[in-house]
Amino acid sequence: MDFLRPAGWQEALAAKAAHPDAVPLAGGTDLMVELNFDRRRPERLLDLGRIRELYEWETSPDGVRLGASVPFRDLVGPLRARLPGLARAAHTVGSPQIRNRGSVGGNLGTASPAGDAHPALLAAGARVEAASLRGTRMIRVEDFFTGPKRNALAPDELIRAVHVDAARGPQEFAKVGTRNAMVIAVCAFALALHPHARTIRTGIGSAAPTPLRAREAEDFLTGVLDEGGHWEHGRPVPPAAARRFAELAAAACAPLDDVRGSAAYRRHAIKVLARRTLHWTWTAHTSRTGREGEASCA
Amino acid sequence: MGITPAPDALRQDTAAPGGVGASAERPDAVGKVTGAFAYSSDLWHEDMLWGHTLRSPHPHARITGLDVSAALAVPGVHAVLTHEDLPAATHYGLEFTDQPVLARDIVRHEGEPVALVAADHPETARRAADRIRVSWQELPAVLDEASATARDAPVLHPGRTDHHAAHVPHPNIVHRQPVVRGDVARAAAGADVIVSGAYEVGMQDQAFLGPESGLAVPAEDGGIDLHIATQWLHVDHRQLAPVLGLPPERVRLTLAGVGGAFGAREDLSMQAHACLLALRTGRPVKMVYNRYESFFGHVHRHPARLTYEHGATRDGKLTHVKARIVLDGGAYASSSPAVVGNAASLGLGPYEVPHSDVEAIALYTNNPPCGAMRGFGAVQACFAYEAQMDKLAAALGMDPVELRQRNTMSQGSTMPTGQVVDAPAPVAELLRLVRARPLPPARQWETPDGTDVRALPGGLSNTTHGEGVVRGVGYAVGIKNVGFSEGFDDYSTARVRLEVTGGEPVATVHTAMAEVGQGGVTVHAQIARTELGVTRVALLPADTRVGSAGSTSASRQTYMTGGAVKNTCEAVRAEVLRLGRERGLLDTRAERLAGGKVVGRDGEVLAALADILGGEAIDLELEFRHRPTQPFDRVTGQGAGHVQYSFCAHRAVVEVDTELGLVKVVELAAAQDVGKAVNPQAVVGQIHGGAVQGLGLAVLEEIVVGDDGRVRNPSFTDYLIPTVLDTPDMPVDVLELADEHAPYGLRGVGEAPTLSATPAIVAAIRRATGRALHRVPVRPEHLTAPDGSRAG
Repeated sequence: MDFLRPAGWQEALAAKAAHPDAVPLAGGTDLMVELNFDRRRPERLLDLGRIRELYEWETSPDGVRLGASVPFRDLVGPLRARLPGLARAAHTVGSPQIRNRGSVGGNLGTASPAGDAHPALLAAGARVEAASLRGTRMIRVEDFFTGPKRNALAPDELIRAVHVDAARGPQEFAKVGTRNAMVIAVCAFALALHPHARTIRTGIGSAAPTPLRAREAEDFLTGVLDEGGHWEHGRPVPPAAARRFAELAAAACAPLDDVRGSAAYRRHAIKVLARRTLHWTWTAHTSRTGREGEASCA
Repeated sequence: MGITPAPDALRQDTAAPGGVGASAERPDAVGKVTGAFAYSSDLWHEDMLWGHTLRSPHPHARITGLDVSAALAVPGVHAVLTHEDLPAATHYGLEFTDQPVLARDIVRHEGEPVALVAADHPETARRAADRIRVSWQELPAVLDEASATARDAPVLHPGRTDHHAAHVPHPNIVHRQPVVRGDVARAAAGADVIVSGAYEVGMQDQAFLGPESGLAVPAEDGGIDLHIATQWLHVDHRQLAPVLGLPPERVRLTLAGVGGAFGAREDLSMQAHACLLALRTGRPVKMVYNRYESFFGHVHRHPARLTYEHGATRDGKLTHVKARIVLDGGAYASSSPAVVGNAASLGLGPYEVPHSDVEAIALYTNNPPCGAMRGFGAVQACFAYEAQMDKLAAALGMDPVELRQRNTMSQGSTMPTGQVVDAPAPVAELLRLVRARPLPPARQWETPDGTDVRALPGGLSNTTHGEGVVRGVGYAVGIKNVGFSEGFDDYSTARVRLEVTGGEPVATVHTAMAEVGQGGVTVHAQIARTELGVTRVALLPADTRVGSAGSTSASRQTYMTGGAVKNTCEAVRAEVLRLGRERGLLDTRAERLAGGKVVGRDGEVLAALADILGGEAIDLELEFRHRPTQPFDRVTGQGAGHVQYSFCAHRAVVEVDTELGLVKVVELAAAQDVGKAVNPQAVVGQIHGGAVQGLGLAVLEEIVVGDDGRVRNPSFTDYLIPTVLDTPDMPVDVLELADEHAPYGLRGVGEAPTLSATPAIVAAIRRATGRALHRVPVRPEHLTAPDGSRAG
């Protein structure tokens, strides 16, 4: 096995162009497990550990540009206020040791349907900065996942950063696991309110071949909030609409039965989480804006 | 009967500092915390090779071809062994010699060893193993009682010659043990209320953290030195020598650092394989399983199906119990017969039952082999009989603790086996203690700063802020035997040397006890200090140069090897006094040793040890036995089969997210009688650890075996053991009611808490959800499925 260790970004891109089969290695929390268990024996590893800029982030009024290797630890810590949904998701990743090494870029590279960051990125709005010697392109996160553990990267491309929109409304992330810590998601749901755009966005994890947005549920609720004037007066979401939203979220799932849980349970749980996260975010929104706080969609 | 709860579990009440009754510190504590402690996987030898095992991918198949030539051709490979290469005995086993060292023509479970490779690098060995070509013809598998005992079922072990072969009703039944007492049919006719239920226990894994590993070093005398993490050096030795074709004295075992055991190291794993490779190559051979292989490398807890009928009068007195317990032993016998004996004889719980009819069997199937795990047959039964007691209480409209207390056994009670319990059995008191504790405050997630999700089901996964959360409280109590039962000649050996070095008396203790984390090494030093009045105690490494210490299992080591150390120390002390009298330094007032002196009854100093011993050492090796037990009658199950009983009660407080089916165990309070807390801190640690393992079985831990006999979750990614965030507050009441038959009056501690934690938690979940819950582990699906598995 060849072990490529580029010292800088251009060198990394050159290595990837020369060896498109080289598997990028960042925190190693997915890849090293695969190697240890002999599930994967790539010809080449491309170690990105020496590239400092991948561990850095920048903030702007629009959001955060997150270097691909920024560990989850930093999301739980310094970036929590700007990216509350992603911070919640990051806090559910593995153990503290894993959070010291694992990163959003790595999560995206693996593109597991169970990747904890994905639902939060989908709900918040995010773009993947993919680069190659040919140039740089931005891929909307909803277009990034192309199949189970498959993503939209070309063979010569590397993830350089992830651009996440700054939260301008409440965000929630909730994940069902059968243990209270260090657990792979049975399913997960993220919800973000975008009051400035009068929209809501969702993300579903571990309940379909890829992470995905529940578009029909989003459209339905956006319509209800709009037509009912809820953004203006801040009144609670009508219980029937909250229920319908949750049902549509569950309907967006295409889950499997596996050792972690049944398809029926995953659908059921997504419905519960959609209803609860809507209640929490809307309550937070209305209390934040000083409008009617008491939502009754639970 | 005086009951004296320890006011403070960590109190010190010993005369000798660091003696019996003190919470002496473990000698290996700092090394284990800092990482300096060497486990068996850290073993290293110049010039060593690495062994690797090729395993069967099929649960039941015939080997029609086996070609190792491509593996042998890999550079760096030093040996490849198959069944054909075995030099002597081809099978081994704890009770029956039914397990092949390497499969010959048939594999009977997924992961069965087929071939071995030794190479100069583990990766080379693994790659070479991949090149071994095996031709398989898959065979129909038997996976449960119906398929194993069907008329045309494939017989997995034809021509059985073991000691249970003649009396089992089907050759795919390893052992069957009935226990019959009184007249159940008549008693049932007199019952006012009868409840019945069917229960299921999933396959739990011991999940020790240090995987199977060891180092075999060929010796100049043609023998072998094996450094190994095991639970019982001498039973490994007994099985190894015939397989290696060596005289017993040329097979020498030394205990390596053991990273947990819980029963999973009672059977051989890589011991014979590493030795065979070492003898073949003439080089030291190390083998270390990874986590995946470990799941196939050791036995698990028997999954069980249990059916029970309990009857009672209107005032809550049990009239009778009928029970049938079917344990899946998997492909090989391991310790299944003894597990059957335990399940049958302890299957009614710590209750007085005038009329009972119990049958327990273990099956041979093509599922993973099952054997010893903490609780050993009593865990499965306890889940079922405690569910039945709650069901009976509901049918009678009675409080479940009250119903139990009306039926609990006590000293003088008769077991279903006819054995009279001749030591304290404070079962009702244990229940009273856990119930008397104040309940933890409600809604602890509500804090001045908002919702603390860590206090809620789901924890940081943020699944609820209190919605759907309902609290439930449940109780359970269990009974476990201590020590080996059914007439087994259970003994331990201790060698103790007392001498004066540099003016200070030093005791050296040598046993073959496997320290697997239980703290035997701490306790042995405490006993030597107390009995010999010394401060300095040296413990020699456990090995086979000294007599057997028996197994570190069955809650027996403090009783047995601790008893052996005490026994030998007493003999050494008697020798000191004899010498002192012989030399005219002591008179008849001499009684005991303290502070390096011989003292009289009131502590008056009579002579210094140094003056009596001079430069001599007293060095004795003695065996220690517990009272003999009897086998159970094959038809009636009658017999004084157990030497001691151990009792623990639990109260579980859980909070369940009833919409998502997620559970948080909020508190798990225990009360246990330990006879004498030789090391109070270690006692509480055992009770905590046992309870958490029971919690795992209640809500998390199961090896999922598919309908095809294949394991679906052989990793810690999907075999989930409790983390610290799943571990509740665990207040403990320790009773010390001496058992006059045991050393210091002590009672084995390690297993009883594993029994009662599981049913207490499930009872609490039933209270919270109203669901019947007949199976563990309880999964979210069981708590949310709309199909109405409601109580009834």
